[in-house]
Amino acid sequence: MNKPTPAAVPAAFSRDIKTIVNAGLQRRHAAERRFRSYGLIAISLGLLFVVLMFANIIGKGYPAFWQTYVQVPISFDPAVIDPQGTRDPVAIESADYAALVRAGMRRMFPTVEGRTELRALYALVSSDATYELQRRIHQNPALIGSSQEIWLLASATVDTLVKGNIDRALDETERPIKDNQIGWVDKLQAAGKIEKQFNTILFSSGDSREPEQAGIRGALMGSFYTLLITFLLSFPIGVATAVYLEEFAPKNRWTDLIEVNINNLAAVPSIVFGLLGLAVFINFFDLPRSAPLVGGLVLSLMTLPVIIIAGRAALTSVPPSIREAALGMGASKLQMVGHHVLPLAMPGMLTGAIIGMARALGESAPLLMIGMVAFIVDVPKGIMDPATVLPVQIYLWSDLPERAFVERTSAAIMVLLAFMVLMNGLAIILRKRFERRW
Amino acid sequence: MSTTTIEIKTALDATLHSDTDADKRSSVEVTDYNNRQTVGKITVDHPKMVCRNVNVYYGAKQALKNVGIDIGINEVIAFIGPSGCGKSTFLRCLNRMNDTIVACRVAGQIKLDEDDIYDKSIDVVQLRARIGMVFQKPNPFPKSIYENVAYGPRIHGMVNTKAELDELVRASLERAGLLKEVEKRMNEPGTSLSGGQQQRLCIARAVAVNPEVILMDEPCSALDPIATAKIEELIDELRENYTIVIVTHSMQQAARVSQRTAYFHLGDLIEVGETDQIFTNPKHKLTEDYITGRFG
Repeated sequence: MNKPTPAAVPAAFSRDIKTIVNAGLQRRHAAERRFRSYGLIAISLGLLFVVLMFANIIGKGYPAFWQTYVQVPISFDPAVIDPQGTRDPVAIESADYAALVRAGMRRMFPTVEGRTELRALYALVSSDATYELQRRIHQNPALIGSSQEIWLLASATVDTLVKGNIDRALDETERPIKDNQIGWVDKLQAAGKIEKQFNTILFSSGDSREPEQAGIRGALMGSFYTLLITFLLSFPIGVATAVYLEEFAPKNRWTDLIEVNINNLAAVPSIVFGLLGLAVFINFFDLPRSAPLVGGLVLSLMTLPVIIIAGRAALTSVPPSIREAALGMGASKLQMVGHHVLPLAMPGMLTGAIIGMARALGESAPLLMIGMVAFIVDVPKGIMDPATVLPVQIYLWSDLPERAFVERTSAAIMVLLAFMVLMNGLAIILRKRFERRW
Repeated sequence: MSTTTIEIKTALDATLHSDTDADKRSSVEVTDYNNRQTVGKITVDHPKMVCRNVNVYYGAKQALKNVGIDIGINEVIAFIGPSGCGKSTFLRCLNRMNDTIVACRVAGQIKLDEDDIYDKSIDVVQLRARIGMVFQKPNPFPKSIYENVAYGPRIHGMVNTKAELDELVRASLERAGLLKEVEKRMNEPGTSLSGGQQQRLCIARAVAVNPEVILMDEPCSALDPIATAKIEELIDELRENYTIVIVTHSMQQAARVSQRTAYFHLGDLIEVGETDQIFTNPKHKLTEDYITGRFG
């Protein structure tokens, strides 16, 4: 055999490895420290912005959870409510309750005279005060004839003043509230007749032009119905598609094409789905505008690719040994999938679904296209009623100049975030329940 | 690449050892390295399965070439050979597990009793109920011990009542020699058992559907010697009721548990014979090299 000629010993072999390594050691450690500090800086910056954002939203939004009320002595004068004395509910319903409110206000400030002055005085309470009295009489007609001290909703300007958001030093013409009104509010406050109560209206009523009467219930229910439709459509279809593509479909050019298209769909800007929904569901199928049904359909189209991709990833992560075990026992393919693969992939699929749903919850652009941006006062009672959703409501309110709407915008954002946390919590609970650690 | 290496090595071995110890060991004529015809008797008197001219392709690559062998009733037959020789591939042809591999194509004839298992009229579900399988790595379902064994009878609708099922599960665990150990923990997850117990659970699961043949793909390769001994003992007992085909890397195991042995080499079935004969008096050079530990 021919022996290999011994190669010349490289010069590096004759140097002392210890000194060589030591020489560069400091530089290596410094590089590592630098890298760590970059990481720390990046994380702290991120956290800082999160904290800033939350501080800003909560700081602005939390006053919206409290609403100013004025205690007004109301006398339910039968001569005003029921002049005929018939106690006819229809007549009582249409009585002039505003007159009762006005009388109550005059009773508190008997010295105020003149049309302009009186109008300024009446403006302290919200127009909702009238409906409030109407509701009370409707619930309890026995009140007619009695006199009561009633907490009535203050107007948004009073609310803003009480919350300290109006600069009293400004010139009268530059503030939304006049000097005499400030004087009355101060007097009422001194007498303990002004109070901040928990803002139930925010959660119980729909949108309104008057900030003190505007609530998010309409948007909340709209979001709920929309997401319900989205989930009911996209989850079963998404899971079925993922299972078919992953387990049953032949691997050929067609399935490749479908796969590429699904991946592309996941990256399509959401507004495009909105246009599609407008063209197909509203113009072609003639479904109603602004309806959660259409919103849900559009968001399903958007969520489907996410669920399919996550579902397929979950299916591939199921160990092949389980499939072999099932097939080896003589299980049919559907039994293998149904009994073994799908239960194991379910946690992953649910996670994908929740990610998709969270995205759908925060989506506003496609819904603008199908008319869910309309000003809708009534709380939707079903999937065909006109509705809006939380992000769109936030967008609508953020456009309005009143200070009271600014805090409501932040409050709505807080509710939206809470909704998302709730959904993610639910996802974790479901995942834990389905997850088998063995 | 690896094929070339092995061939070179074989050739090298041939030049080194051809006329030394090999000739002393065998009195009969030994078939030469280059002859890839199967030597030994491939037929048996009472065959359970008959395989003829089986060729398997993975895409363009041929994994098995013209394999022909009989598997007798109530015998344990061992498939041995170096890695990549095609023994597992052949085993998986016997219950059509290769169907799940897209690029895999099987040609030839494999009969179970009188049925050609690759015939259109044969459903794999029925076939796999008749030919059970135990895998290399214990793979119990992520369900309870009871559910693992009950799964087969349930999907095939073998029992009508809960009591019947209970009895069947217990009997299957008994046959797999596991009943005593798990009697009190039937509802615990199958994966909570030790490796050896898990493998016996898999055997119990296979036995529960009362198959005619049980295929075992290196059932002990992931187990320690004690667990291995138990499984080997079990295989011996199971022979009474079932026909067993076992693929193994351990020649000692093949010698201990099997009555017949088949030696595979690079996709060829090199030699088939009585286990005693194969290990004491191989008729092919390649078999001899392998069992004497010269290569593989």
